[in-house]
Amino acid sequence: MSNKAADLAIHPREGTAEGRGAASFYGEDARLRQRRRAERRFQSYGIVAIGVSLLLLLLLVVTIIHNGRAAFTQSYITLEVTLLPEVLDKNGTRNLEDIRKVSTFGYAPLLRHALAQAVADFDIQTPLSPQEMAKLLSMSAGYQLRSFVLEDIGRIGETHKLRFLATSRIDGYMKGRVNRDSAARERTITPVHLDLADAMIAVGILEKTFNPDFIFGADASDQRPEAAGFGVAMLGSFFMMLVVLVLSLPIGVAAAIFLEEFAPRNKLSDLIEISISNLAAVPSIVFGILALSLFINYMHLPQSAPLVGGLALTFMTLPTIIIATRASLKAVPPSIRDAALGLGASKMQTVFHHVLPLAAPGIMTGTIIGLAQALGETAPLLLIGMIGFIASNPPTSLSEGLLSPNSAMTAQIYEWAKRADPAFAERAWAGILILLVFLVSMNIIAIVLRHRFEHRW
Amino acid sequence: MNSPPIKIKASGVDVHYNDTQAIRDVSVEIEDKAVTAFIGPSGCGKSTFLRCLNRMNDTIETCRVSGSIQIDNQDIYDKRVDPVQLRAKVGIVFQKPNPFPKSIYDNVAYGPRIHGLAADRRELDAIVEKALRRAALWDEVKDRLQAPGTGLSGGQQQRLCIARSVATQPEILLMDEPCSALDPIATAQVEQLIDELREKYCVVIVTHSMQQAARVSQKTAFFHLGSLVEQGDTATIFTNPRDSRTENYITGRIG
Repeated sequence: MSNKAADLAIHPREGTAEGRGAASFYGEDARLRQRRRAERRFQSYGIVAIGVSLLLLLLLVVTIIHNGRAAFTQSYITLEVTLLPEVLDKNGTRNLEDIRKVSTFGYAPLLRHALAQAVADFDIQTPLSPQEMAKLLSMSAGYQLRSFVLEDIGRIGETHKLRFLATSRIDGYMKGRVNRDSAARERTITPVHLDLADAMIAVGILEKTFNPDFIFGADASDQRPEAAGFGVAMLGSFFMMLVVLVLSLPIGVAAAIFLEEFAPRNKLSDLIEISISNLAAVPSIVFGILALSLFINYMHLPQSAPLVGGLALTFMTLPTIIIATRASLKAVPPSIRDAALGLGASKMQTVFHHVLPLAAPGIMTGTIIGLAQALGETAPLLLIGMIGFIASNPPTSLSEGLLSPNSAMTAQIYEWAKRADPAFAERAWAGILILLVFLVSMNIIAIVLRHRFEHRW
Repeated sequence: MNSPPIKIKASGVDVHYNDTQAIRDVSVEIEDKAVTAFIGPSGCGKSTFLRCLNRMNDTIETCRVSGSIQIDNQDIYDKRVDPVQLRAKVGIVFQKPNPFPKSIYDNVAYGPRIHGLAADRRELDAIVEKALRRAALWDEVKDRLQAPGTGLSGGQQQRLCIARSVATQPEILLMDEPCSALDPIATAQVEQLIDELREKYCVVIVTHSMQQAARVSQKTAFFHLGSLVEQGDTATIFTNPRDSRTENYITGRIG
């Protein structure tokens, strides 16, 4: 009998004093304590890791908001400008062609005069000459006034109250970027100018307000950071995304359906599958070179055009969409396919009536994530000339949007970040902020779609 | 008494998955307007053989079928036969209820729609109602035809799948262990239904439950290790089997 019990024992010391014995379920023995300690240790590693990543994320967001916030406000000088006919229309004919001939520089005396007048009216004491005072105004003020006149030449001779951009140094002074020490060290703006600015702030003709032109406006040249806006670059990105969506969604979904549902499994389809996975991992700059040589050098499509940018990004997005679509097709249970086939549905009917609708949320999610990736891509745009281009005019039609040179959000950020004038830095940060808002909203849409439509079977 | 008509006639059927032979030289004759049960231990090939009868095995790439299977004296593996056409005539109900994630109405209406069986909405409504009545489900769902089919209970879902098959006007109904995912009450309902379906269709059912085979079928075929061991009247097979393997299986010694 005891012999048999020994045979049944699995552990060599089972049933002996060294073995586990008839311990209580309550309380911990040494082994259990050790196990619990290991578990707690592992959990604390996880918590620390999450804490560190949350901290880094917080740091990122705070830095971006802190640095970019300033670009959404801008300093403006409000002046009453008299549009003197003897300056703007020497012949007195009110001929639009003649008035056009007056360049931006021609408007400078009017602005100088208006500013000097304002300073005198408000009884501000300053040693500066009108010439020097005008340095407070942005170089774009003349352009703004000229556009205002050309809009309606009947305004010549009248006096208008207008809001002009202050130069970036004064703007920087109001945002704390420029102070008297730094002004003393440079040529354009001196501490005396800042004294004048203080006086103008005191009487209310120089003020910092919300700047819609940053969000909706166009980029400006190196000399006028105060006038630079992000809007046209956003349009460039929009047209690129349009190209990416229109091309990569149908091509990607069709390719995925064919590969997943129709293609026979053989060496060729294996090869295609591996190639697609590899393409998804190819550095984006490679696609940029491909787009440069294929679309610009060989097909002679225009440089810097969102169409070409979109084509380059389509190369990049296609594998993502194909892989996402195949995954969501695979996730549709085979019983649904069997049910449809068993009723006498053809392969195509099965796919389009049953499988594809169930896979649609996954496909949409994959597409949005692919688009978000493409939206944040910079390297390919470098090669096709979308970086370095100053997009100063918004496109007015679809074809112009696609074909005329433009920048893109990432390209614009890169462009601003590498410009010498520190006034561009805040705009680069603000551009990143806007880009992130787009990316986060796209990802939120993807998550919402996934949660709303998943698990319907 | 004249012998009942033969609906399905299979002879010398072999099925291979890659290099593995799943079915070995099976020959069987299946009567019309009767329930034929395929019984046998797991992995004996009865489901595989069932799926040959409407060429569902075509969807498995590695599967090869040889031999001859005739329905109404036509070889269904002939090159001229479109499996899609065949499956409209030979409906199948699977082990796990698999309604489409659509409304009850759309589940039943799907087959008639793709095969163009209804000229207008009124006819389609009539077909749906008839199919649901035949599947003994109408009274339970008539007030919620637009509710999702996946929201029904397991037994109701399986009857919905039967209604869906019936709606395409098949001549043969294949059932692959239709009750194995159901509780005893739902099983009883489906079995009752199978017994009624016999009046209209040639029914072939694969089952693990010998009691079920005894209850619902008139003919039984016993499969073992890919071969057909014995076939005949259900009563004979269960009371007086010729082959010792059959006897061992039905008395519970193998399987």
